[in-house]
Amino acid sequence: MSDDIGLWGVPLAILGGAIRVSTPFIFVSIGECLTERSGRINLGLEGTLVFGAMSGYAVAYHTGSPWLGTLAAAFAGLLFGLLHGWICRLPRVNDIAIGIALMIFGTGLAFFFGKPYVQPVAPDLPAIPLGFWSSLPQVQAALNVNVLFLAGIVLAFATAWMLKNTRVGLTIRVAGDSADAARALGIDVNRVRLWSTAAGGALAGVGGAYLSLYYPGSWNEGISSGQGLMAVALVIFARWNPVNCLYASLLFGGAGALGPALQSVGVTSGYYLFYAAPYVLTLGLLVATSSRSRAMPSAPGELSIVK
Amino acid sequence: MRVPAEHHQIPPRAIGVETIGMTMRFGAFTALNDVSLKIEAGAFHVLLGENGAGKSTLVKCMMGFYRPTAGQMAVEGREVEVPDPRAAHDLGLGMVYQHFTLVPSLTAAENLVISRADVPARIDWKSERAALAAFMETMPFSVPLDVPVGRLAAGEKQKLELLKQLYLGRRFLILDEPTSVLTPAEADELLGMVRGLTTAGELTCLMISHKFREVTAFADAVSVLRRGEHVGGGKVADLSTAEMAAMMIGEKELVRPAARVAMNGAPVLTVTAAKAPDRSGLKTIAIDDLHVRAGEVVGIAGISGNGQMELMEILSGQRPLAAGDVQVCGTPFRATRGEMRALNVRTLPEEPLRNACAPKMSVAENIFFRDFDFAGGKGKFWLDRRRMAALAARLIGEYKVKTASPDTPIAALSGGNVQRAVLARELSGKVDLLLIANPCFGLDFSAVAEIRARIMAARNQGAAVLLISEDLDEILELSDRILVMSDGAIVFETPAAGADIGEIGKHMAGHH
Repeated sequence: MSDDIGLWGVPLAILGGAIRVSTPFIFVSIGECLTERSGRINLGLEGTLVFGAMSGYAVAYHTGSPWLGTLAAAFAGLLFGLLHGWICRLPRVNDIAIGIALMIFGTGLAFFFGKPYVQPVAPDLPAIPLGFWSSLPQVQAALNVNVLFLAGIVLAFATAWMLKNTRVGLTIRVAGDSADAARALGIDVNRVRLWSTAAGGALAGVGGAYLSLYYPGSWNEGISSGQGLMAVALVIFARWNPVNCLYASLLFGGAGALGPALQSVGVTSGYYLFYAAPYVLTLGLLVATSSRSRAMPSAPGELSIVK
Repeated sequence: MRVPAEHHQIPPRAIGVETIGMTMRFGAFTALNDVSLKIEAGAFHVLLGENGAGKSTLVKCMMGFYRPTAGQMAVEGREVEVPDPRAAHDLGLGMVYQHFTLVPSLTAAENLVISRADVPARIDWKSERAALAAFMETMPFSVPLDVPVGRLAAGEKQKLELLKQLYLGRRFLILDEPTSVLTPAEADELLGMVRGLTTAGELTCLMISHKFREVTAFADAVSVLRRGEHVGGGKVADLSTAEMAAMMIGEKELVRPAARVAMNGAPVLTVTAAKAPDRSGLKTIAIDDLHVRAGEVVGIAGISGNGQMELMEILSGQRPLAAGDVQVCGTPFRATRGEMRALNVRTLPEEPLRNACAPKMSVAENIFFRDFDFAGGKGKFWLDRRRMAALAARLIGEYKVKTASPDTPIAALSGGNVQRAVLARELSGKVDLLLIANPCFGLDFSAVAEIRARIMAARNQGAAVLLISEDLDEILELSDRILVMSDGAIVFETPAAGADIGEIGKHMAGHH
C-alpha cells in the first residue's frame, strides 16, 4: 500500500480544510447573522474571537478541561456582546464605530492577559476519527472531525428553524426589519438587540476557543488571521440566512485549503495566488449573484448599512 | 417580550371609550387642548380635522404612544391608565395607522401571527395556517399570505393592516384614513364591513377621514377638531356636509381648481412598446402606446398593484426598460437630470418623502435640488447658500409650506407640507411635462384642493400632465382623458367628459 494518492490528495485536502478551517467561520458568522437579523452590526467579533481564544486557552490550561475553556470563551464573548449592545442603546451611537473600537479593545485585552499563556500547553478539544474505516492517513486526517464542527452544523439549522418557527425568532426579525413596527407590537427593540448581540458574541467566543484549543491549537498573538472580520462579510454573502452561513463557511474553508493542498502535491508556481482563492471566490460569487435593479431583498431593513 | 398576564378581560362585544380633558403640549406648542370625546359602544364615529388639527396627537394619546400632559381616558365608563400601546391593546383598543406598521420582510402570515399577544414560544405553522385560512374565509377580501409584505402594493398592505386588527379581536378600532389607498368600490366594501360590525355591536370604530362622502354614507357620529380644540360634532344625521366643512376649516377660502382652458397641443410624452419587469420580477409591465399632449391631463386609473407604480418608476428613471422607447418631444428620454432640465420635465412621485426628498436634509436644501448645481444656463461648482435661502424663502411663502424654519429637516414636516414643498420645487419655472403619482395620498381636503388647483394651473399654462392615481374621484376631477391600467397594461381609454364610471370600474376590476 502506498501513501501516495496523487492528485486525489487535492480534493481530500480541500474537504479536510473545509472541515477544519470552517468551524470558527461557522460560529462567528451565525453569531453575526443573529445580531444582524436583529438590526445591529457587530464588527467587534474579531476582538471577541481573539479574546475568546485567549480566555478559553487560559481556563483550559488552569482547569485541565477544554470544555470549561470553551464555556469560559462563550461567557467572555457574551460579556463583549452585552457591552456592545449596551453602548449601542445610548442615543447617537453608531454600531459600526463601536464595533471597530471593540475589535481593537478585545484584541488588545487578549494580548495583555494572554502573555503568560504563550508558552504553556493546554489540553485540546477532542475530535471524532470519522476516517477510521480507511487505512489512508490522508483520509483519516481529513475526516478527523471536531465535535464543535458538528455542533456548528446543528446550530446553523437550529438557528434557521428558530428564526422561522419560534416567537423569539420572529421577534428578532421584526426588530431587525422595522423598529417602528416592533414598537407598535410592544417589543423592546433595544432589549432584543442587546441579547441578540450577546448571543452573537458568545458564539464568536466559542469560535475563538476552537482556534486556540483545536486548530491551530495554541495561543499566540497571531492566532486569528481576520476570521472574525471575514465572517461578518460572509453573513452578507450568505444573505443573512444561517444555513447559507454554514455553506459559505465550508466553501470559504475549502477554498482556503486549496493553496496548501496544491503545494503539497508539487504545484509550486504561483501557489500564493491560490491562497487568495477564498477571497476571489467570494468576490466572484457576489458579483454573479448580484442584481443591478433590485436591492438585496433579504437584508434586514434596520441595518445601518442598508438604511 | 413576555406577555404580562391580562388584568383586564376584553368583553366579546363593542366597547365605549371616552377622553376627558385630553391636553398635550410639546414644549410651548399646544397640540391638543382640553379635548373631551365620548364614543359610544357600537358607534361608527368619525374624527374630522385638517392636517395639523391634532387628530393624530389625540389618537396617539388614546393608544398610549404619548403621555398626555393632562386628561384621562375611560373605557366602558371606568377610568383607565394607558401608559403604553401594550396597555391599550390589553384593553381591546387597536389602531390602523396612516403609515404602515407591517414588517416588510415578513410574510403576511408571519405578520399576523407575531402581532398576537399570545404567540406561543414555538409556532406550529400547520395549525396557524389552518386557523388563518378559516379566519380569511370570514373576511370580505383576502391578501396573499406567503409573499413578503414589502412586495405588496399599498392597497393590499392597508387591507392587511385592517385584517390584522380584526384578527387580533380588537373591540375598539381607530382607523387613520383607511381608504386613501383603496378604490371607491374597495373602500365601500371595507367601510360597509366595518359598519356591519359596528351595527352588530361587535366593534366600535373611530375613523379619521377627510372624505365627507364616507362620513355621510357610513358614520353615525362625528367630532371635529381644529387647531387642537374640539370645535363641534354630533350625529351625522343632524349635520350637513357644509356645516361639517365650516367647523373643520373655520373662516377660510378653499382653492377651487381653475377653469379648464381648451387646449390642443402636440404630443409631449410618447411611450412605445415599453416593457419592464414589475416589483416582484415575475410579471411584465407592457405599455404599447401612451402619449400625452401639451395642455392635457391624462389620468391613469387602476387598482393599486396593477403596474401603475412601475410605470411611474419607468418614467422617472427608477426602473430600467427591458424593451421599447420613451420619448419626450421627440427626444429619447431616460430621466437624467440633464434631460429633465433641457426638456422641462418635472415629477411628483408617490410617497414624496421617500421618492422625491432627502428626508434628513433641510426644507431649503430639498427645494434647491433642481438648481443647486445650475444657474443661468451654466453649471455651478460652489453651493450658493444665499441663492438657496432666497429661493426657499420665496417658495415656502408662495406655496404656504408650514415649517418651523427653512433649515428644518423635511422629514419633520407633515405629509401635506412635504407635498407642498416638493410641488414648489417641481412647479417653479417652465414645465412642459409633469409626471404625477398619487399626489393627495393622506392629505386633508384643503391641501388636496390646493394641490389639484396647482396641477390644473400647470395644465392651463400648456404643460402635458400624466396623473397616475388610485383615487378615482381625483382622476375624474382633473383629467381630460382617462386610461385604465390593469394587470400591467393599459386596457381602456375614454375622454373624461361623459366617461361612464361603471365601465371604468369594470375595466379596473379586470373585466375587459
